[in-house]
Amino acid sequence: MNQKAEVEIKAPLAGVLRSERMPHIWCPGCGIGSVVTCFAEATKRSKLDHDKLAVVSGIGCSGRVAGYVNFDSLHTTHGRAIPVATGLKLANPDLKVVVISGDGDLTGIGGNHFIHAARRNMDIVVICINNFTYGMTGGQVTPTTPTSANASTTPYGNYEYPFSLPFLADAAGATYVARWTSLHSRNITQSIEEAFQKRGFSFIEVITPCTTLYLRRNRLGDGVDTLQYYQNNAVLKHGADTRETAIDFQGKIIIGKFVDREKPTYLDSANRCNTKFIGDDYQLYGKTPPEKEAEEAAKAAAAAGAPPA
Amino acid sequence: MNIVAADPKGVDAGPHFMDGDHAIAEGALAAGCRFFAGYPITPSTETAERFAERAPEVGALFIQMEDEIASIAALIGGAWGGQKVMTVTSGPGFSLMLENIGLAVMTETPMVIANVQRGGPSTGLPTLTAQQDMMQVRFGSHGDYNIIALSPDSPQECFDLTIEAFNLSEIYRVPVFIMTDETVGHMHEKVVVPPASEIKVVERNLFKGPKEDFRPYGFDSQGGHPMTRAGDGYRFHITGLTHNERGYPVMTPEQNKIVLTHLIEKINGNADKIIRVEEDELEGAEVVVMSYGITSRIAVRAVQEARKKGIKVGSLRLITVWPFCEQKIRDLSSKVKAIVMPEINYGQIVREVERCAAGRCKVVSVNHCGGAVHDPMVILKAIEEACQ
Ligand SMILES: Cc1ncc(C[n+]2csc(CCOP(=O)(O)OP(=O)(O)O)c2C)c(N)n1
Ligand code: SF4
Ligand SMILES: [Mg+2]
Repeated sequence: MNQKAEVEIKAPLAGVLRSERMPHIWCPGCGIGSVVTCFAEATKRSKLDHDKLAVVSGIGCSGRVAGYVNFDSLHTTHGRAIPVATGLKLANPDLKVVVISGDGDLTGIGGNHFIHAARRNMDIVVICINNFTYGMTGGQVTPTTPTSANASTTPYGNYEYPFSLPFLADAAGATYVARWTSLHSRNITQSIEEAFQKRGFSFIEVITPCTTLYLRRNRLGDGVDTLQYYQNNAVLKHGADTRETAIDFQGKIIIGKFVDREKPTYLDSANRCNTKFIGDDYQLYGKTPPEKEAEEAAKAAAAAGAPPA
Repeated sequence: MNIVAADPKGVDAGPHFMDGDHAIAEGALAAGCRFFAGYPITPSTETAERFAERAPEVGALFIQMEDEIASIAALIGGAWGGQKVMTVTSGPGFSLMLENIGLAVMTETPMVIANVQRGGPSTGLPTLTAQQDMMQVRFGSHGDYNIIALSPDSPQECFDLTIEAFNLSEIYRVPVFIMTDETVGHMHEKVVVPPASEIKVVERNLFKGPKEDFRPYGFDSQGGHPMTRAGDGYRFHITGLTHNERGYPVMTPEQNKIVLTHLIEKINGNADKIIRVEEDELEGAEVVVMSYGITSRIAVRAVQEARKKGIKVGSLRLITVWPFCEQKIRDLSSKVKAIVMPEINYGQIVREVERCAAGRCKVVSVNHCGGAVHDPMVILKAIEEACQ
């Protein structure tokens, strides 16, 4: 973050971004802003009640997203966005809770929370802005940095094996897994909209350029060169086996929607289990959306004068 | 401040025979806590187990998180989601929570954390008592800040003080700690849970005005600034960064001073209202035995024996350990010959006593490493020596 970029919010997104907080802190050419635009666009297009949407971020350049979106928003500690989101969702199940944070935050220091939230099928949306680096602290290696890429703490090249995040999320139990690059704005927006509709742990990875650090250190040109790289190397493969989604240094990037399945969420399971053992006395914790939907549909039908279904 | 009677759903009124850990869970439910995130650790686990068992019938939720960092993070989310929240732990877990205790302090998030202390450092004495985390609770997270810590000496007080802890955390928007220990946590005694109508509960002060007037913070060195909860339409922002009244980052020395002064003074400035101590025969005392938590129960015996020997000995029990009763010690130290302080640690709170006594009287630390309570005769000996 060496310079401040002057960016005016396009009028249509004014309500969903905090205009009073502009200009933002991101470098010119940084991909984080594109992801925010897609997110903002998706919130506009979806039928979600914006008062019931909450955004949680950890720490990092990507972690600053929470501060710019005009929803209930929590900028937390490094790696801990997911457990904060878990608490928020469980305290008020009516909320749609979205985590937006970086690769280091979500899968390095926060990796344990990531796999456990997926395992529990916690009903949250997690968007990972993967720039292959710790941007905020100056370009160190992360769990997703491709092998051989240069980082400030791997000055002779990274010799570790990186995570493939879709594989990790899939294996841990996520019910929705997609990957895009920041070039694919329409797909990102659509994926976020789909994730809003899903019940369960939804994960969207967006491969994003960090112009100032990752690109410069690896002599990969500027943001435009990266978009060109994405253009030439992104391979759309919906339903791809997530075991085959690894990313090599400047190699092919498999993109698409890889996983879309249904299974009971954490709260569905808790309610089911407690009902079974406690019986009729058990009061469902938080109204789960299907029941709420049914109830609301019945109300709407009654209001319209139709006989109850 | 809106004080209401407890929600009867959470109150299991009547006499019980239970240990301190269970009493903490009952106190939390009575106080209106409906979200508990925790991770097992001896000797605190029974609190989590009782909460987990009682939660479904009360309409509360218990979740066992993947670690203590996640537990306290979930409390921060839970509180801003609108619930009263708590967790319980012991030494190693408490150490893991420290970073997010700072976030809770900085974001002025009400919550209650019980530390059923065991001997340390490290894994230490997992099943044996100690009071070794008394400084950690006050200073353990990085940066300057302030908190409230209460120290119960019986299962009944575990129940009562947990309710008080929730109330204080709502009034001052600060994490409040129950600093108990293995002995009290595992000691079974009679605990009387009053009927719901007799339990006073402080409701969360939620902002109700127009949206444009909402500010999550008010840096007035008081505690009562209203908060909100996600979903109410106020679109709040909170951050661990130094921030302004809107919760937006403002990272300047000037703003840091405003925030820090507020965080520290909202507790210090209200110390008189917060601090509770129990005094016995301080008037005319030559020596005062000062203690807190389980150590007070042992000290009682030493005091009785000393009185039998004709020594004028008073006793001062700290129910509130933090904020520390500075003025009380200043006054006392100019009237007595000595203050004798037994603690199950190498001498922690006694440093505060020394600081406040400032040489006006002798201060005798009867320190005692973790694992067991004091032998009352050791305290007696210290009393006898102190009055010579
Ligand atoms: C506990 C802790 N350790 C380290 C840091 C320092 N730190 C701040 S941001 C960051 C890296 C963030 O990387 P990433 O999540 O990938 O976000 P990016 O900046 O790349 O968007 C680190 C290590 C911190 N804030 N807290
Ligand atoms: S991720 Fe890189 S390009 Fe983006 S703001 Fe951070 S340092 Fe700048
Ligand atoms: Mg990164």
